[in-house]
Amino acid sequence: MSFQTNNPVIKWVEYRLPIFSFLHHSLVEYPTPRNFNIWYQFGSIAGIILVVQIVTGIVLAMHYTPHVDYAFDSVEHIMRDVNYGWLIRYMHANGASMFFIAVYIHIFRGLYYGSYKAPRELLWMIGLVILLLMMATAFMGYVLPWGQMSFWGATVITNLFSAVPLVGEQIVTWLWGGFSVDNATLNRFYSLHYLLPFVLVGLVVLHLWALHHHGSNNPLGIDAKAPGDKIPFHPYYTVKDLLGFALFGLFFAVFLFYLPNALGHPDNYIPADPLVTPAHIVPEWYFLPFYAILRSVPDKLGGVVLMFGSIFILFLLPWLDTSRVRSAKFRPIYKQFFWIFVIATLALGWAGSQPAEGMALIIARVGTIYYFVHFLVIMPLLGWFERPKPLPKSIAESVLGGGGQAAGAPASPARGKA
Amino acid sequence: MMVRFSVLAAAAALAATVATPVLAAGEAVELKSRDWPHSGIVGTYQRDSVQRGMQVYKEVCAACHSLRFISFRNLVQIGFTEEQAKAIAAEFEVPADPNEDGDTFDSDGARLMRPAALFDTFPSPFPNDIAARAANGGALPPDLSLMVKARPNGENYMYSLLTGYEDPPADFEMAEGMNYNAYFPGHQIAMAAPLFDEGVEYADGTPATVEQMAYDVTNFLAWAAEPNLEDRHRIGLRVVIFLVILSFLLYATKRKVWADLH
Amino acid sequence: MSAMTPESNHGEDGVKRRDFLYISTAAFGGAGVVAAAWPFVHQMNPSADVLALSSTEVDLSGIEVGQSLTVVWRGKPVFIRHRTPEEIEEARADDAADLPDPQTDAERVIKPEWLVVVGVCTHLGCVPLGQAGDFGGWFCPCHGSHYDTSARIRIGPAPENLIVPPYEFTADTQILIG
Repeated sequence: MSFQTNNPVIKWVEYRLPIFSFLHHSLVEYPTPRNFNIWYQFGSIAGIILVVQIVTGIVLAMHYTPHVDYAFDSVEHIMRDVNYGWLIRYMHANGASMFFIAVYIHIFRGLYYGSYKAPRELLWMIGLVILLLMMATAFMGYVLPWGQMSFWGATVITNLFSAVPLVGEQIVTWLWGGFSVDNATLNRFYSLHYLLPFVLVGLVVLHLWALHHHGSNNPLGIDAKAPGDKIPFHPYYTVKDLLGFALFGLFFAVFLFYLPNALGHPDNYIPADPLVTPAHIVPEWYFLPFYAILRSVPDKLGGVVLMFGSIFILFLLPWLDTSRVRSAKFRPIYKQFFWIFVIATLALGWAGSQPAEGMALIIARVGTIYYFVHFLVIMPLLGWFERPKPLPKSIAESVLGGGGQAAGAPASPARGKA
Repeated sequence: MMVRFSVLAAAAALAATVATPVLAAGEAVELKSRDWPHSGIVGTYQRDSVQRGMQVYKEVCAACHSLRFISFRNLVQIGFTEEQAKAIAAEFEVPADPNEDGDTFDSDGARLMRPAALFDTFPSPFPNDIAARAANGGALPPDLSLMVKARPNGENYMYSLLTGYEDPPADFEMAEGMNYNAYFPGHQIAMAAPLFDEGVEYADGTPATVEQMAYDVTNFLAWAAEPNLEDRHRIGLRVVIFLVILSFLLYATKRKVWADLH
Repeated sequence: MSAMTPESNHGEDGVKRRDFLYISTAAFGGAGVVAAAWPFVHQMNPSADVLALSSTEVDLSGIEVGQSLTVVWRGKPVFIRHRTPEEIEEARADDAADLPDPQTDAERVIKPEWLVVVGVCTHLGCVPLGQAGDFGGWFCPCHGSHYDTSARIRIGPAPENLIVPPYEFTADTQILIG
């Protein structure tokens, strides 16, 4: 199984820098639980979209001008005159949404199957740092076309920092490089928007390193021990991931070619005007739940704290979850709360898209309360009160024996508790 | 705002579907809806209507509205020949480069002009925004290049707006110099009704009703906002077919590869 | 289901069918990747607005005999020289000289009194100085290429004569370059 070659060039390199055996170990041999389901596809999908974003982004940077007088026009230049410019820009703009779709599914999968639990706490936390950086990158990227939503989104979000006691105003002025969102702001956002994706790549490497160190979790949440529990990554998961890419690519293509502006906002096709605020400012869809949390609190600092808290609380999740069982498959009560949590997040997303009044505000408040109760109260208590279902002895037994009336019979009814 | 959310909802497989009326100062107005030839998976711009729309823009809208992202060379895309495009360009004047003495103004103080060429964009009717406001009672006629993409449900909004001028309801209070429009947010619009029956004379003999002109100019402005749409639809169809076939092949391969595990 | 087919048959047939599937999937996917790469390559070619500016109209009426004008065409300098009778004569006389890039003067002009050439040295792209060098034409200071009064390379590292751009006379003293 280990890496072997007769090619003299590869041997020469390998002796000095064992990169081929490293790649072989990580992409070919890597022992992977045999029972991944469809929800395990989205990590690699997110990875490939990061590559697409970087490639399309580098291309766009060749044609874009980060100056308040030219930014909007240079984007239209890309859309109208650059060869395939429209394709590459729509790919980048919709790619951001696809990235968040894949990452959010990936995170919810982690929540469901307990992938954040020991020994994968750091893996989970690196993932959260990736999420935070993605959000910063996406936000700054959205400012670059310098349309109305770009400008006012930048104004509103940077003003969040004015809620910081004592030095809030100074921080905002420092972020802007002036007394309003202006050319200095656009230039620094452009610089950072170009830089951060490469930091993301570095973090993804750490994420994979931590993943490969203890191996992947799996839908059963039990450690792989039995000989048949794991299979080599190649060819089994390479081909499965490729199938995932093709199917997700199809989903992406529908937006890219037939609904390219559906996930954007019409106001961003109006050039930025510092004197006129659009009637109804909304962030991109992937920020809506957080935006709803922000607006659900009638206090400026409180809203900001709660919004950032909603992400930082996830860093504590490995310790807030006191259950000894990883997978929700064997946690009948947590499973229900998980789905309530999903609904609460979607409801928050809807509320975030509406003006903050009436029903939308009530839903935002209920959703916000549930969001925090879920992590701070329900997760710790469930570990103590919930009686998990019996765990299978091994992955292989569960996969091979579970399907029909075949050999695995003795394991079924009376098995020890976890 | 609501349009994009309903798509998100569908993408997230969230069942709640919301109708997509346009928000007009808090109240929803149902827009008039037409079948646009360029909508749908294989939709293309309807050349004759787009060309007629160009005429409506040129003879009506261009008096106040710029179209700064469209060059005369782009007109070849909508079925004009290069000669026709040159002739249309020559009807417009653009500021000339400095002459041999370095002057940009003649002895009477008038700006030196030259006829527009293919590489020029449609010239703005006003030298700057302040002049535009001064000539229009304080209101700025917006550039139309991206108007269809800059409004929710752009085509239907544009069509509804252009055909939506009517007398205000008896109890409706109108501000000085404003016009009542059923589809404009707040119903008071600075632009007077721009289209009248027979306002232009179509070369192909199509009767120039208000509805026809509104439909034609909307088609033209839809093209102006998204000139790449036909390429997008064409390439998109190929990509989707390619990915469907590839998915089947990969699915079959995956089945084969995994077969020896069970 | 494979258990239904006899072992011997299954082996050989199965392998062949499987190989065919693998190869066709890989080939199909590979073709897609190659096709998808094209937009990313083509985007670096001149955009539509750049192509639209590829012709320049020049009024020659103000250029006296013995004077030159430099205009910009496609971002490059174009030398337009109203040649003196002596220069024309010299250029014609040198048709028979030992030229590194043989071309007659008649091949390089439409009207003998107007020489129109791209002012970019064919060596490494510097802009030559006018009415300088050993041959009374142009001299490139970068690496010492000498051009004659027909802008042909005579001495130096440049391999070719200064290039004559496509142009036409739209009026008696007006040309359209490009």
